[in-house]
Amino acid sequence: MFNPEFESMPVPKLKELQLERLQWSVRHAYENNAVYKRKFDAAGFHPDQLKSLDDLRRVPFLTKHEMREASPFGLFATPMREVVRVHSSSGTTGNATVVGYTKQDLDVWATLIARCLAATGATEEDIVQVAYGYGLFTGGLGLHYGVEKLGATVVPISGGNTDRQLMLIRDYGSSMLACTPSYAINMIDFAAKQMPDFDFRKTKLRRGIFGAEPWTEAMRKEIETKMGIDAYDIYGLSEVMGPGVSNECSAKQGLHVFEDHFLVEIIDPETGEVLPEGSQGEIVYTSLTKEACPVIRYRSRDITRIYRDACSCGRTHIKMDKVTGRSDDMLIIRGVNVFPSQIEAILMEIEGVEPHYQIVVDRKGTMDDIEVMVEVEEAIFSDELKVMNALRDRITNRFRSVLGISAKVTLAEPSSIARSQGKAQRVIDKRKQ
Amino acid sequence: MKITQLSVFLENKPGRLQQILSVLAGASINIQTLTIAEVTDFGILRLIVDRPDDAYQALKAQHITCSRTEVLGVVLDDSPGALYTLMEAFSKRQLNIEYMYAYANPGQASSIMIFRFEDLEKAQAALLEEGIQLVPRSEIHDV
Repeated sequence: MFNPEFESMPVPKLKELQLERLQWSVRHAYENNAVYKRKFDAAGFHPDQLKSLDDLRRVPFLTKHEMREASPFGLFATPMREVVRVHSSSGTTGNATVVGYTKQDLDVWATLIARCLAATGATEEDIVQVAYGYGLFTGGLGLHYGVEKLGATVVPISGGNTDRQLMLIRDYGSSMLACTPSYAINMIDFAAKQMPDFDFRKTKLRRGIFGAEPWTEAMRKEIETKMGIDAYDIYGLSEVMGPGVSNECSAKQGLHVFEDHFLVEIIDPETGEVLPEGSQGEIVYTSLTKEACPVIRYRSRDITRIYRDACSCGRTHIKMDKVTGRSDDMLIIRGVNVFPSQIEAILMEIEGVEPHYQIVVDRKGTMDDIEVMVEVEEAIFSDELKVMNALRDRITNRFRSVLGISAKVTLAEPSSIARSQGKAQRVIDKRKQ
Repeated sequence: MKITQLSVFLENKPGRLQQILSVLAGASINIQTLTIAEVTDFGILRLIVDRPDDAYQALKAQHITCSRTEVLGVVLDDSPGALYTLMEAFSKRQLNIEYMYAYANPGQASSIMIFRFEDLEKAQAALLEEGIQLVPRSEIHDV
């Protein structure tokens, strides 16, 4: 553990610390930022009313829309002379939002990333290849300074140049890889196709920390088997800080949220009502220590569950499930709500189907039309048509029974669906074009 | 006695067959016969070639989905009723055919048909007992 006194703090003490920090954070936002002051005043809330953690429910939510409206610097709560860096969200859904960091914010961030790395077993002996994009995106620089904070060696290669990535893994003996899970799979495919002599198992690669997009257990299994490593999930969002808001530990069973810096709630995305621990819903973040860009009750749109258990790693911080979907990603097809992650999960459970698929939604006349293209790898290929047809029928039937809609399933040749080096484009919605 | 057939997954799109054939040509593979089984949007290309293992490796290297399947080659007189007589033997032995196609055997007195059976071992034993001539592997594949 990188910060054992905080990471394994007894829960009652942790809650005291949270309340103390929450009172500071809410007051800081109110007194130093006009947007927060206006919002709190309009809701009839004053920081003096915050006597317990539950009182947070009286504070209005901050939405993604409000963050965009305030862009670029409208939610900063420190003078620009104290802001030493800005980052921007990837803008996956709509315009980018800009976030700022003071020196202390950057130090906290690096510390939290160092905790994440240490939670996967990394030490200062490790050589960490950071293959997240460097730049406005928080992935690259976020991981970079965390590796340095831990005292390990950072290889700042950034994203892309897959052949070079593999050469450095081999030649530098990188022991750890940090990138998006889809890029890790891209590396596996590239090696299989273009560098037949390259064998991940003969390299020193032992662990990977993957995030910035939702991924499934089946993807973890594929990465672990084919790279011969342990793969861990790192989660974050630039609006709240960047990667390192929560992270998996050695148990690989849920992600610990760093509760000494963030307070999390789960709400019903429709009503905004706070749900009890253990319920599935939208996760809402409140920063407890951020100076430049405090977020108070930020609605992430990420769907997950939070719960506290006695974790084998010894950390006391609350856990969240792997994020299964973003309420923004939700597709409404013939009036039915469908998350791409549900489609992915169905494909995963049908044995042997590799996680390469694309969802195409179109409107034919007044009817929504959904097509799912699935790449056929040798593991599921049969030379008998009836077997292939049965596979397609099985996928089609699972979609119908689980999602309640009928989708056209198309079997495609390997590599016929475009791979991206960053985030995978799983959905093409032609209705919006 | 068994012959190795290559099966390739193919999307039903212009240029797909050409690409497969170009990979095989590049590996100097000679195709003795081929057939395509198709549904609306994809098909399965089945090939008998001189060097099936080399062909398989060449296709795999290009990330093309393919597999190797064992089939039987049956020798038939090039005369009316020959296939009918053969089917009589199949029926008598309760052999179920998955699929079949003709093998190019130009300039020869007899024809060859390729058969894939539900139970290949049983089929082979039954046909040999019936005195039906099977094509030896060495006649089709380079050893």
